[in-house]
Amino acid sequence: MTGAETTWPATEPMLPVPYQVVGRATETHDCATLRLEPARDSLPPFQPGQFTMLAVPGVGEIAISVSGDPAGQDGSLTHTIRAVGAVSTALHNAPLGALLGVRGPFGTTWDLASATSRDLVIVAGGVGLAPLRPVVLGALADRGSYHRVCLIAGARTPAEFLFRGELAAWSRRADIEVELTIDQPATGWDGQVGFVTEPLARLPVDPSRTTAFLCGPEPMMRFAAQVLLHKGILAGDIRVSLERNMQCGIGLCGHCQFGPILVCRDGPVVSYALAGPLLTVREL
Amino acid sequence: MTEHSGQLAWSGIFAGLSAIELEIVSAAARPVRFGAGERLFFEGGPARGCWLIDDGCVALDLLVPGRGQVVVQTLGRGDVLGWSWLLPPYQWHFGAVALRPTTATELDTDKLRRLADHDPRFGYTLTLSLFQACAERLQATRARLLDLYRSSL
Repeated sequence: MTGAETTWPATEPMLPVPYQVVGRATETHDCATLRLEPARDSLPPFQPGQFTMLAVPGVGEIAISVSGDPAGQDGSLTHTIRAVGAVSTALHNAPLGALLGVRGPFGTTWDLASATSRDLVIVAGGVGLAPLRPVVLGALADRGSYHRVCLIAGARTPAEFLFRGELAAWSRRADIEVELTIDQPATGWDGQVGFVTEPLARLPVDPSRTTAFLCGPEPMMRFAAQVLLHKGILAGDIRVSLERNMQCGIGLCGHCQFGPILVCRDGPVVSYALAGPLLTVREL
Repeated sequence: MTEHSGQLAWSGIFAGLSAIELEIVSAAARPVRFGAGERLFFEGGPARGCWLIDDGCVALDLLVPGRGQVVVQTLGRGDVLGWSWLLPPYQWHFGAVALRPTTATELDTDKLRRLADHDPRFGYTLTLSLFQACAERLQATRARLLDLYRSSL
């Protein structure tokens, strides 16, 4: 587990609080970012890495990581949702003004503060960039507290990068190193073609002062962690965000049990020292 | 240690070579520079040369009818470019073009192959060094084949 403590919601954790969709941005053909504002009561502020349980009345409820700016303390919540199943598709398609049920925030955080004065290596694959966006925004907002900040993001094609406007803006900045790479060759793309492990392998790092943040499909995180371990970075300095079948969000129902941990309570962000050995166990 | 052998050792690819072997390889090395858009070789051409990229970006590509030159992979700092010179039929399977101004260390592979034929132990160590790079490239390619970011819809 990371050094981050689970933050329990001040409200009744099993009771959804109504939030209204007040903003919607299309990210890709199947991803959208929703901005939600409380219809009445507000939930406690979130920390980067945490998730909420989002419900569409009459359809169902799923866990979605917060993708918003941690500096925004206006009570709004930002989530980036990929339409995959029935609930996520209903969330993705929620129109402006729609009321959604929200519980949370739940789970552990990326604990960015514990990486103060260190180099940050942030590796995102596909929609894994969404939970890491608050890390990038948090690091850039307090840029003097960190040494190097490196972001490596991979996508299937150029059109499938999330937050393309922000990625372009970050790429132009001198205080963050951004490497974007795509898996599939694409006409008109003049950037890198390759898996995220390739620019990661090329990145010179000082293992003694590097903290890595990984989010994406589990094999991607395993492969990226192997590259980082090969560079001499300790497993305890690598943090990953896990995804399991979260139901209650507070460690009661056990649906998200992953070996010795309950991902909704002890995760989603955990140290690779804990997660690494578990990720290769079959049927865990 | 000469300037070139220092560069070769830095690349990590030849970390397994002894100091003497590193000197042998460095004797067949020279620094080169490519401008953006400059082509290093074409698919199907005779495979001569191996490059250790010091800085920049090189694309491996091939001609696909109707799509033009399609980039299948990009290489950068610390990567090895070109190993078709080691195996028959000694022809490039892909083309290579610098996407950005690129500096590299170019190895005279005719010379290296002669040295390897003459001294199989050196040849084995050299091949093992290149195989390491080849295996890493293969693993990354396999990871891409998984198409991990695909939507499950």
